[in-house]
Amino acid sequence: MNVVHHVDGDLLLAYGAGSLDEATSLLVATHLALCPACRSDLDMVEEVGGSLMASMPSGAPVEEATLDAVTAGQRHTASEVSEATGPFVLPQPLRDHAGGDAGSLRWRTLGGGIRQVPLRTGGMATSARLLSIPAGRSVPDHGHGGFEATLVLAGSFYDRETWYRRGDVSLAGPTVVHQPVAGPEADCICLAVTDAPLRFRSLVPRLLQPLFGI
Amino acid sequence: MTKPGNVIVYPDAHARRSVGRTVPDEATADSAEAGARPAGRLDEMSARLVAVAETGDRGAFASLFRHFGPRVRAYLLRAGGDAGKADDVLQETFAAVWNRAALYDASRASAATWIFAIARNRRIDAFRRDRRPEFDPRDPAFHPDPDPGGEEALAVQERAEAVRNALAALSEEQREVLRLSFYEGESYPAIAIRLGIPLGTVKSRARLAFNRLRSELGARREDLR
Repeated sequence: MNVVHHVDGDLLLAYGAGSLDEATSLLVATHLALCPACRSDLDMVEEVGGSLMASMPSGAPVEEATLDAVTAGQRHTASEVSEATGPFVLPQPLRDHAGGDAGSLRWRTLGGGIRQVPLRTGGMATSARLLSIPAGRSVPDHGHGGFEATLVLAGSFYDRETWYRRGDVSLAGPTVVHQPVAGPEADCICLAVTDAPLRFRSLVPRLLQPLFGI
Repeated sequence: MTKPGNVIVYPDAHARRSVGRTVPDEATADSAEAGARPAGRLDEMSARLVAVAETGDRGAFASLFRHFGPRVRAYLLRAGGDAGKADDVLQETFAAVWNRAALYDASRASAATWIFAIARNRRIDAFRRDRRPEFDPRDPAFHPDPDPGGEEALAVQERAEAVRNALAALSEEQREVLRLSFYEGESYPAIAIRLGIPLGTVKSRARLAFNRLRSELGARREDLR
């Protein structure tokens, strides 16, 4: 099934420019693995990069020694065939980053049957985690200090009158208070990237927040 | 197969990209002998990269290196590297061009674009302590492009021209955000601080620039949406 909800143009632009933080890049790259339409847009963004680079004043010639160093040895031709055999819930590069597919990770319980795997990423401002929400269960009501992007990898969720399925991205800004609900067909696994801690409205998750770091 | 003006026809490009495709379209019967859709014409540098890919042509690689090397170096210096580090990343970039040329898809990108993407990734790995997350088309979970259909996109060379025109059509404010993002690798929050404007304004300029580029250039594959 085709992806319906895409990443925003400003994120694709920053990803293509190479100026996006690692956590958000992980979300964009994973969406791209599942979305031919956004890959086509990325081609366009990279053409802009290629065009800007090609038009740079060329300056001094580069050392010929570098050329010799590069071509001195045998070519290590990259393999075109993947050794991995699926099916996988987590596409590359997420599987690589998390250290395995969803079933082999160490999930930590967050309460209410919700589990998470925090992902280590560079940059202080944003953080990424995998979340698993039991089928039919809702995520506690929460608002955000900032921006939250959620990419569905398995199952589905319903939020603010919209269904999100594998490959879809849901974006919530600082003013949104919402309570996403997992679809009934399967546990919902998603990648969530936030640029400020979530603010839960009910007391219990708020007390848990410092413990789990979300 | 060589045409005048340093332009060659490269029929293999689409065939390689559409592995697993069934029967060639009736509409492309004129190219059915090549087993592919009509191929885009290639600029000189892209044709050289294809020669590196297909035969490991050292002469072609040397001319790519002499043409793009100084530009890649200028890009790396601009994006915050000192000269020593820039030279290391320059060498890594061209080692990747040499070793990974077989993965170059001439129907998808010009040589300039492909080399830019490699230099950008190496820069991120070297200058920041981040890893660069990249999707992998060989991954079993990868959702491949549907069968190619409909019109052939503009030839790569015509697109380069179109990109320049589209950039010229942006507002100065939009171009500034692009310049800082691409050349200096500045994040939107860093650009906001540098220009003394709210983050939301930077993001909306970026989004407007993206939308403008897309409407000028057209999505490459509009049928995907």
